[in-house]
Formats: sequence, C-alpha cells, structure tokens
Amino acid sequence: MIAGRRAALVGVALLAIGLVLPFVHGVYIVFAIDLVCFALAAVAFDLLLGFTGLLSFGHALFWGGAGYVSTILIAHGVTSFPLAVLAGVGYAFVLSVVVGAVAVRRSGIYFAMITLAIGEIQYFVAFQLIDLTGGENGLPEPTRGTLFGLSLENDHVYYYLVLAIAAAGTLLAVRAVTSPFGAVLAAMRENETRAKSIGYDTDRFKLAAFVMSGTLAGLAGALYAGANRLASLDAVDWHTSGAIVMMTILGGIGTIYGPIVGAAVFQSLDFFVSKTAIGDKTNIVMGLVFAIVILVARRGIVGELLHHLNARRPRFVEDEDDPDRLVADVAGETA
Amino acid sequence: MSQLTPDYLLIQIFNGLVNGGFYALLALGLSIIFGMLRIVNFAHGTMYMLGAFVAYYGAQEIHLPFFAALIVAPLVVGAFGLLLEVTLLRRLYGLDPLYNLLLTFALVLVIEDLMRLVAGALGSPYETPAMLAGATNLGFTEYPTYRLFVIVVSVIVCAAVYVIIERTQLGAKIRAATEKPDLTRAFGIDTSRLVSATFAFGVALAALGGVLAAPNTNVQPTMGDSVIINTFAIVVIGGMGSILGSIVAGFALGVIAAVGAVLFPPIANTLIFIVMVLVILFRPAGLFGKPERAA
Repeated sequence: MIAGRRAALVGVALLAIGLVLPFVHGVYIVFAIDLVCFALAAVAFDLLLGFTGLLSFGHALFWGGAGYVSTILIAHGVTSFPLAVLAGVGYAFVLSVVVGAVAVRRSGIYFAMITLAIGEIQYFVAFQLIDLTGGENGLPEPTRGTLFGLSLENDHVYYYLVLAIAAAGTLLAVRAVTSPFGAVLAAMRENETRAKSIGYDTDRFKLAAFVMSGTLAGLAGALYAGANRLASLDAVDWHTSGAIVMMTILGGIGTIYGPIVGAAVFQSLDFFVSKTAIGDKTNIVMGLVFAIVILVARRGIVGELLHHLNARRPRFVEDEDDPDRLVADVAGETA
Repeated sequence: MSQLTPDYLLIQIFNGLVNGGFYALLALGLSIIFGMLRIVNFAHGTMYMLGAFVAYYGAQEIHLPFFAALIVAPLVVGAFGLLLEVTLLRRLYGLDPLYNLLLTFALVLVIEDLMRLVAGALGSPYETPAMLAGATNLGFTEYPTYRLFVIVVSVIVCAAVYVIIERTQLGAKIRAATEKPDLTRAFGIDTSRLVSATFAFGVALAALGGVLAAPNTNVQPTMGDSVIINTFAIVVIGGMGSILGSIVAGFALGVIAAVGAVLFPPIANTLIFIVMVLVILFRPAGLFGKPERAA
C-alpha cells in the first residue's frame, strides 16, 4: 500500500480529487481548505500511531500551537505569511522535542494520558495570555499576504498552495516510513525488546517519529489558522486532539493514505450532521461512528478495503492480523 | 489577592482538601477499574457528570433529597456502567488496552452531546441541602459546612474502599484477579462477574463525586471534561493501578494546587500537569507504582 505502483496510483488519485475538489458543486472553498489541512495532520498522526504504535492524545499541541505562533507574528507586523508559518512549524518542532522527550518514557495508555495532560498546559497558557492570544475570543489573522506575486488573500490560490504543501508532506511521510528509518520503526513495533537487543536506541527512534509527526501536524495547523484567519482555543483543545485521532483510525491505521480518506469522511459527515436538527451536537453521530469502527472495523475504511482485496489473492506470508495489537500490519505490502 | 496570612493559607489548604476529595474519589475509581480490567476509562469524568445530573433531575422531578441522591445516583450510574461493560467494553478485552480507551472516548463524545441536547449547554444550580448550609467555626475561620462535609465523606469513602480491598476476602479476590487473572479463575472464582462488578463500582464512585460536586458547581454537561484530565494526571502521579497512590495523590495534589494558586495565581490550572511531568521525569512509574512491565 505504502510503496509500489498501486500505492503511487492511490496517491495520484487522491491528488487528482484534491485538484478538482473546489469545483465540485456545493463544496465551500474554506471547507475544502480545512479538509486538506486535517488530512495532512492525520497523515502526520499516522506516521506516529501507525509506525510506532504510540497513541498521542495531544496533537492539538502542535496543530493549535503552530497556528497561534504564526498568527501572533502576523498580528504583530510580520508581513510574510510563509515566514510566519515557518515560525509556527519551528515552534511545533521545538515543542515536540520537549514533549516527546517526556512522553516517550512511557508507552501505551500512559503515553496517551501523558500527552493529553501536557496538551492542557498549553491550553491554559493560551487561555490566560489574553494580551497575546486574545483568550476566549481567539486571535484574528489580519492577512495572508502574497507569495511569488500571487495574492494569498484569494481563497482558491490559498487552497492550491495548501494542497501542494499537503501533497509534499504526505510524500515526505511515505518516504520516511519506506526508508531504513521506517524499517527500524517497523522492527520496534513488531518486537521492541529484539530491536533493542540488536542495538537500536528505541526511545530515540520513537522520539524522532514523534518529532516528525508533531512538526508536520504543526505545519497543517498553521495553514489551518490561515484558512480560518483565526487562531482559537478550539485548536488547542483536547477535543481537537481527539478529532485527529478519530480521522486517522477511521481512515486506517498504518496506511498513510487512509487517514486522508478518514479526514475527508470525518469532515464531510460532521458538516452534514451539523445541518440537521441536532446542530452543533455533532459528536453524538461522530462518537457513534467512531465507536462502531472501534468495535467492528478496527482496520478503518482503507485498511478494511485492503484487507478484503488482499484476502482474495493467494498469500504466502502468515496472516499478520494479531488481535492483541493496536497496530496490525493491515497493508501487508510494506516489506 | 488577599494577604498571605497563615489563616488564609490554612483556608486554602481546606479548599485544596475539598478538591482533593473529588480527585481522590475519581482517581480511586479509575485505578480500581484499571487494576482489574487493564483499561483506562476515558468516560470516568462523564460518569461524574451523569451522577450530578441524576441528583439534579432527581430533585427537579421527584424531590429526591440530597442524602438520598448520594445513594441513588451511584446506583443508577453504576447500573449504567454495568450495561456498558457487558454490552460494549467486554468485546475488546484481550485486545490492546488502547482500544477500550478509544471506545470510552467515543462514549464521552456521545453522552456529553446527548446531555447537551437534553439539558442545554448552560449549567443549572443545585441547592445545597439546608442541613449543610451556612458555615462552621473552625477556630481560625468560619468555613462553609458543606465543604467540610465533602472532605469528611470523601475521606471516609476512600478509607472504606481501601480497607475493603486490602483487608477483606472480597478484596483478596479482587487483588488476586488483578494480579493473576488466569490463576484466580483456576481456583474457581468467576472473574468475569468480578470484572463487571468492579467496573460498576468504579463508575459509581465517580457518580458519588458528581453528586458531591453538584451543590458546589453548576451542573452542566461538560463538567467532567477538565475533571477527567486532572484525574488522568493524578493517577499517573500516584502510580496507575495503585489504590493508595490514587488516594494520597488525589488529596495531595488538591492541596498543592490550591496552595500553589495562592503563591503564584497564573499556575492554578496547570500545576497538576507540571507536577505530573516532573514525576514522569524522575519516577516514571509514579510515586506508588511498580515499574511498567515490558510491553
């Protein structure tokens, strides 16, 4: 799935859909930008969850934190939007090094709880630094400026910029997990003790994956703040961390492209449900859908599809569906 | 800000014990559930919220008195927890514990938004029982009687649960099933019933916390949100699965947070998390925890 011709085809197909998305009848451009930003964040999240088995409940740290940093810079007179976004990404990088260094000391549920709790620190800092962040009102982003002579104020121009960045980010993620680095992650995931005994410093590899994931999520979050012209407390709230978790698992853990599908389905469903009588209580439906996925379709949309496609062909490898683990190698073609 | 007199500090310590009582009740339930089921109940704060709502609607609809609610709400929410365990959580035993964390997270989303639909997003006040209204003279100050009541109840309940688990035959079974589930089954003990009962009991403790919180705060659907994250941090600090660790860390962090907030107000909301980070750095298994088993 992740490497090879079939994967390349899936990647090209998703990109093609991305290219025509703004012209699809009824698709609001800001909705499309949000979707692509979340897709990139979910890909970044899969880099961590799918390939190290670490479930972070704190990715709003990077998503929302980078959004704040870039917006604060622009609000304080930085005229270059790309520069502000880069600063946001830099913040996400530094933050993920620090948070990762603490969190990778534990794994499993502990890792989830710890990242969740650390995320709350940033939430309250953003909540209390009203002069800088606007507190509960959020901080508006005055302008997106221009890039190569094109005005980023135009939503369509901005959309295609975001799409190009998200495609590059996804390519980077694919490249990372198919590299020797990715092979070490896979080895750790299969058997950490053995990977350690061969001589790999597994904590450092986990940290590296965490930093890559956090930094990419920060990039997505800075672009998201630009899309909505606002850095808000919502983006640093743990519900946002949870939403990224849900998109990734909904699409398919460890499939890289799956989370893109997951983000698209999640955002669309959320949008349609919000138009119904239950209004902003969309979590009734989102939570139910997620619970069903966890109970009966843990491979996610793309993972289940691949599983059934692969099941039809003769296989020479042993079935790798180990029910004891969160991260089963759903693709079966990574090697 | 008031003057930092010893009396003022003492009042803050009492306030800290009140909060600590809630933390301890919740962390205790979370820890018992974790010890037995190896799952982290993300919906623990939601059960706390439901406990408060049972008390609130009980008072509204059938004039259920507060003291009755202290019994009824844990029973109702405990029964609901039993239902969840039997119908949903049970399906995921034997899988990675993260799946149950995610399932209970989904439950948080569904139940919270359902309650927002039913009760509205804004809070409703719950009257402090007349018997506990007013203040009590503690020598150094007049302190709200209801808050003293919360401290007393939470200390008694925590102590009782501790004694049940550490000193009774039932507790021995629970500890056995926690340590060596296979061996316990081999001795003819129905661990599956014990598991269901433990989950129900754990969430009943959360519901009790919710009833106790009702007169103190506005009863509202999101009241469990911040509580659950604080509780997570406290069980990480105390050592996941450690009964004593949860109780001690609960009360201690309540006091530390309250006193810290006086000394340096901006840190009020984050101190617990900062302590958690320090504990992870210097004692990753928590203050009372055993080192993590190899994954």
